[in-house]
Amino acid sequence: MDADPVLLARLQFAFTIVFHIIFPSFTIGLSAWLATLGGLWLYTGEERYQQLMRFWVKIFAVSFAMGVVSGIVLSYQFGTNWSRFSAFTGDVLGPLLGYEVLAAFFLEATFLGILLFGFNKVPPWLYTLSAAVVAFGTMSSAFWILSANSWMQTPAGYAIKNGVAVPVDWLKIVFNPSFPYRFAHMLNAAYLTTAFVVLGVGARFLLEGRHLREGRTMLRMAIGLAVILAPLQLFIGDQHGLNTLEHQPLKVAAMEGHWDGSKPGELVLFAWPDEKNETNRYSLAIPNAGSLILTHSWNGLYPGLKSVPPDQRPPLVPVFLAFRIMVGLGLYMIAAALFGAFLWWRGTLFETRWFLRIVANTWWAGFVAVISGWVVTESGRQPWLVYNIMRTADGVSPVPGATVLGTLALFIVAYGIVFSFGIYYMNRLIKYGPDIPEPPQDDLANFGGNPIAAARPAGRDI
Amino acid sequence: MESMEMYLPLIWAALIGVAVALYIILDGFDLGIGILFPFAKSEAERDQMMRTVAPFWDGNETWLILGGVGLFVAFPRAYAAIMPALYLPVIVMLVSLVFRGVAFEFRTVSHSKKGWSFAFALGSTLATFSQGLVLGGLVQGINVVNGQYAGGPFDWATPFTVLCGFALIAGYGLLGSTWLHMKTDADVAARSQRQARYWLIAVLLFMAAVSLYTPLAEARIAQRWFSLPNFYFLWPVPTVTALVAFACWYWIERGREVPPFLASIALFLLGYAGLVISNFPYIVPPSLTIWDTAASPGSQIFMLIGTLFLLPMVLGYVILVYWLFRGKVHAGETYH
Repeated sequence: MDADPVLLARLQFAFTIVFHIIFPSFTIGLSAWLATLGGLWLYTGEERYQQLMRFWVKIFAVSFAMGVVSGIVLSYQFGTNWSRFSAFTGDVLGPLLGYEVLAAFFLEATFLGILLFGFNKVPPWLYTLSAAVVAFGTMSSAFWILSANSWMQTPAGYAIKNGVAVPVDWLKIVFNPSFPYRFAHMLNAAYLTTAFVVLGVGARFLLEGRHLREGRTMLRMAIGLAVILAPLQLFIGDQHGLNTLEHQPLKVAAMEGHWDGSKPGELVLFAWPDEKNETNRYSLAIPNAGSLILTHSWNGLYPGLKSVPPDQRPPLVPVFLAFRIMVGLGLYMIAAALFGAFLWWRGTLFETRWFLRIVANTWWAGFVAVISGWVVTESGRQPWLVYNIMRTADGVSPVPGATVLGTLALFIVAYGIVFSFGIYYMNRLIKYGPDIPEPPQDDLANFGGNPIAAARPAGRDI
Repeated sequence: MESMEMYLPLIWAALIGVAVALYIILDGFDLGIGILFPFAKSEAERDQMMRTVAPFWDGNETWLILGGVGLFVAFPRAYAAIMPALYLPVIVMLVSLVFRGVAFEFRTVSHSKKGWSFAFALGSTLATFSQGLVLGGLVQGINVVNGQYAGGPFDWATPFTVLCGFALIAGYGLLGSTWLHMKTDADVAARSQRQARYWLIAVLLFMAAVSLYTPLAEARIAQRWFSLPNFYFLWPVPTVTALVAFACWYWIERGREVPPFLASIALFLLGYAGLVISNFPYIVPPSLTIWDTAASPGSQIFMLIGTLFLLPMVLGYVILVYWLFRGKVHAGETYH
């Protein structure tokens, strides 16, 4: 079988990492949300926060399990599929991953045990603290892995000795030029993704006329968070883009579909990049707006794709399209958050059913935006595995293409099964809603009222 | 500088050795429960079995990540040589771990537990078997040219690695059954006590087989054990193993709860020590030593500083969680 091992190794890594990133995007934010609910529960003593927390813990458990097992796979994929890369970069990237395991994974995994099984065993403060520790663990995990990824984008603080990259300055390695931007962008994305899931679930409860009190709490908290984070993400993204222009101008050229660097850049709203003829087809563009955004001047110049031969350009179509999907969803999330806040201010948030219907059906917006963003930055780095140092084709393992193809098929089948069941179970947990005693007939009869408060036994203190 | 390049790899080999040992013990009884799943009489019993490890499984598997990443940190050239050589067993292990890992959560939220019980049992058993293949593949040697794997995709497939696969199933079965005897009551505990004896016999047979086969097949291993003066220092290893095995049997028979589990751990550590003695200082037998594959001193020191702070903390809160969930899991308790 003459399968191309490099392409297959890339496909396998792309598949396993896209599958994986879905869960951290959610659990980073969800664990912070759980800790917040726990804090509110401790602070106000109101039981609804505790009930909401325990409801989301169930969903968190399912999601976290999928994140953990798909993460273990990745920690071995560097070696199985990218052994030459591992041998070359291990001295620099190894410790970053090592710190991730020791400072983050153990924290998450161990305190998760308390969060999932300790409610009746530990005092409320320790239960809430465990949620906070898990949230901190997921955040530090993001810190280290994004540092490692950013080093591959903007390597710094190293020297090449005997054919391998060796560390010279750890501070420069960890805080390499693109890391602060990427970290802020991803962390904010994870919180925003979770906010839109919580928003969607809250809206779904209100639309179905059940768990109204919990639904309203979720809606308020999610809108309150998103109205800050969504516009903030636009600002961080812009800064990240400027940083990329400085260090990886060709990635930006691919994102913008900018061919000729001797002319000011257009802002291409839509087009189909034609790599063969080095032009954009069906282009809809605003002249000079690209220069305005990237150089903050009307006639500013920045490098175009034609400045390098075709074999040094990133694959254009995925970078260009994924960037538009990400930005489009980002703008949608800003609009939804601002409009939600406006409705809240007007006092009609819980009754504006068309708005609730839209947000209930766009809970996925953050996930798709995150995946698209990663496609942009990872495909945009090509043909380099470590930017300007190691080409992707030189990093691959000496494993036959057929073997990689076989295991890729295995991963697709296995993840397909696990993912389908996981989504099905999470959806069912959401459908059941928080575990609060309420007679089922109240669900439909009393929409608009508050059946839960009536059905809840009074005086159940914590 | 010269001495640092001499000692740092030794320190790291010891640290990774400890991480792997902790993984084998902690995930050993955890995977062992999956191996014992088919013998349970009802889903209620399986609930009880699973509850004994449910709060810990995620932490237990983190030691496996530490083992893999530790190798990448301290011996990147070993990591890069081993993983492609043992590609298929490693991937099968990972996919099996996916199924048995999600089974913990999926089983509790699905209406019918049967499907995920099956996934848990099969995933645990296959993951264990693959780990045995990896271990055997490493011991029998890896063909390395210019620092990269130079063999085919099925070089690992030999009778010896298959033997190691079954040996590890027996070993984790023993750890799982002695753990369950200690952590459960009623029928599950009684059955685990009965089964522990059979697993112990199987483990001893496999240990004997591996101990006979490796020196016969590999001259360097025979040389290590049977040349003088090595033999004077090494004869206690098999002797202590025999004594521990006898004590384990005796404690199981007497119905003791904690000692058989500790004795099973000791058996594991002795077998592990035997393999280390056979192969040290090779990390990729028969050609690459820990010094050949070590990361630069700067990398090893940077990570070592963090490890000295973080590892004791990790051990501290791991112990805290085991302590919080101490005591027996009784039949019929609720899950979450």
